[in-house]
Amino acid sequence: MESECLALVAGDAAGTVIRLDVPLSFWGGVDPSSGTIIDQRHPQLGEDLTGRILVMAHSRGSSSSSGVLAECIRAGTAPRAIIMNEPDIIVMLGALVADELYGTTCPVIVTDDVTFAALATGDTVSVLDGGTTLRQSDP
Amino acid sequence: MLDLTDRDQAFLKGEFGAGAEFAMRIIVRTAGTMGATHLLDIVSAHVDSCIYNGMAGLDFAERLRDGGAHVSVPTTLNVASLDLLHPELNRLDEPARANALRLVDAYVDMGGSATWTCAPYQLTDRPRFGDQIAWAESNAIVFANSVLGARTNRYGDFIDISCAITGRVPAAGFHLDEGRTGSVLYRLVGLPDDLLNEDVFYPVLGHFIGLSCGSGVPVIDGLPRTTTEDQLKALGASAASSGSVALFHALGVTPEATSIDAVCPPGDLRHVDVTPGDIAVARDHLTTRTDLPLRAIAIGTPHLSIDGFGELIRLLDGHCIHDDVEFYVSTARDTLAEVEARGWLAALDASGVTAVTDTCTYVTPIIRHTDGVVMTDSGKWAWYAPGNLGVHVAFGSTAECVRSARAGRIVRDPGLWHGI
Repeated sequence: MESECLALVAGDAAGTVIRLDVPLSFWGGVDPSSGTIIDQRHPQLGEDLTGRILVMAHSRGSSSSSGVLAECIRAGTAPRAIIMNEPDIIVMLGALVADELYGTTCPVIVTDDVTFAALATGDTVSVLDGGTTLRQSDP
Repeated sequence: MLDLTDRDQAFLKGEFGAGAEFAMRIIVRTAGTMGATHLLDIVSAHVDSCIYNGMAGLDFAERLRDGGAHVSVPTTLNVASLDLLHPELNRLDEPARANALRLVDAYVDMGGSATWTCAPYQLTDRPRFGDQIAWAESNAIVFANSVLGARTNRYGDFIDISCAITGRVPAAGFHLDEGRTGSVLYRLVGLPDDLLNEDVFYPVLGHFIGLSCGSGVPVIDGLPRTTTEDQLKALGASAASSGSVALFHALGVTPEATSIDAVCPPGDLRHVDVTPGDIAVARDHLTTRTDLPLRAIAIGTPHLSIDGFGELIRLLDGHCIHDDVEFYVSTARDTLAEVEARGWLAALDASGVTAVTDTCTYVTPIIRHTDGVVMTDSGKWAWYAPGNLGVHVAFGSTAECVRSARAGRIVRDPGLWHGI
């Protein structure tokens, strides 16, 4: 099944979904040296985001989160792509700057509500056509 | 579709250098994501990216600097990760310390003023009502929007310096009239008048509003007309810590809130009554533990004002801090120079108070003993320090902090919260 997406930061990626139950602040919420969630109040505390397709509706908290996401991408601990439900400047800027500085792309895409609601942890998905298409493998 | 001027286009073509071109590309991409149709000129900027959060931030700053980028509007710099005037206080390990210093150099090289303060509104030149500005640092943003009536979005990493270099911001959000209307009306109900005159009330009210308002625009009905700038500063800093508040209106107090109709859209508005019970819960939420030894006092978050120093000197009244307690006050180097000019620094030294400049005690390791409780009068410090430093925190009034520092244990003023 394929759906059309908005690419905030263009790129292709494929992998396994981790869907966050509640929004996450990268600053104070993710350890850039390991890519794991360290926010003590987050229900998915301890989950490793590295190399996964991160699905979260929007980000939360500090605007210093852009720098932490960029640092994760630099350090190789970032998700492979980020799928969101609404345009998010903090996440977009982190991925955009890392792409410019290091040539390492972490596509950031926005999907429609129906597509977003159907994404579940463990799904295999592909971000294609520079981030304008999302392919979900049939269950 | 984004409409760019010839000058904007010249930036994108690299006519002002590679660094400025990168900065404009960041502005244009942000404008596109926000759905802005054009960019606006700004008169000043306040940059927060000068605090060290890892190599990516340093690589970015040096890329801009080495690409010839320079700010095009007056630009103040937020706190660094080090006290540059008192290096003996810093406890940051290498290589973070060296990288933090390189970051400081990069932002000064690009033309930022070496102000190193999270309270740029306490500097001599500050924005005027209606000015379009690009400010980062959550407490400065909410103060500029609410108390000064200047206009800024919530800027942060990468975008703040890009605005300063290009002198442009996306025409969106809090820059526009329609982005500044209230979304939640808070009515103070049954709170004692005496409490509304106490400084300690304001961070607690801000904490309550931040938790319940998220990123909305609170309108507060019931604050006295005599509410001071320091009280509004504490309210905003707390609301921007536990929540994402970037603008609040206090009816009859803040400059845009001349009447309820001036700041609230007609029709539905969520109402929240703020009761004595709500305030008690919010106050207690700012304390994590009190049954461990008192190790330190941290005041001056956001950076202490000159009026705040006057109050501190009055409360200390020449007495000494207990030997087992460290007492830190964070402030701007400009404010500390004024403290010295007034002859107050000797009194602080004699009492055993350590002044920290250019940084803050919750963002970088300065406090030596973090195994007990740290007491603070700041809602923002109380919110962030347990996560950042791994300390336990007790929230109280400035007077309670001073009394506790002298006694070497937490001392409360039983009458302070009468009626709550």
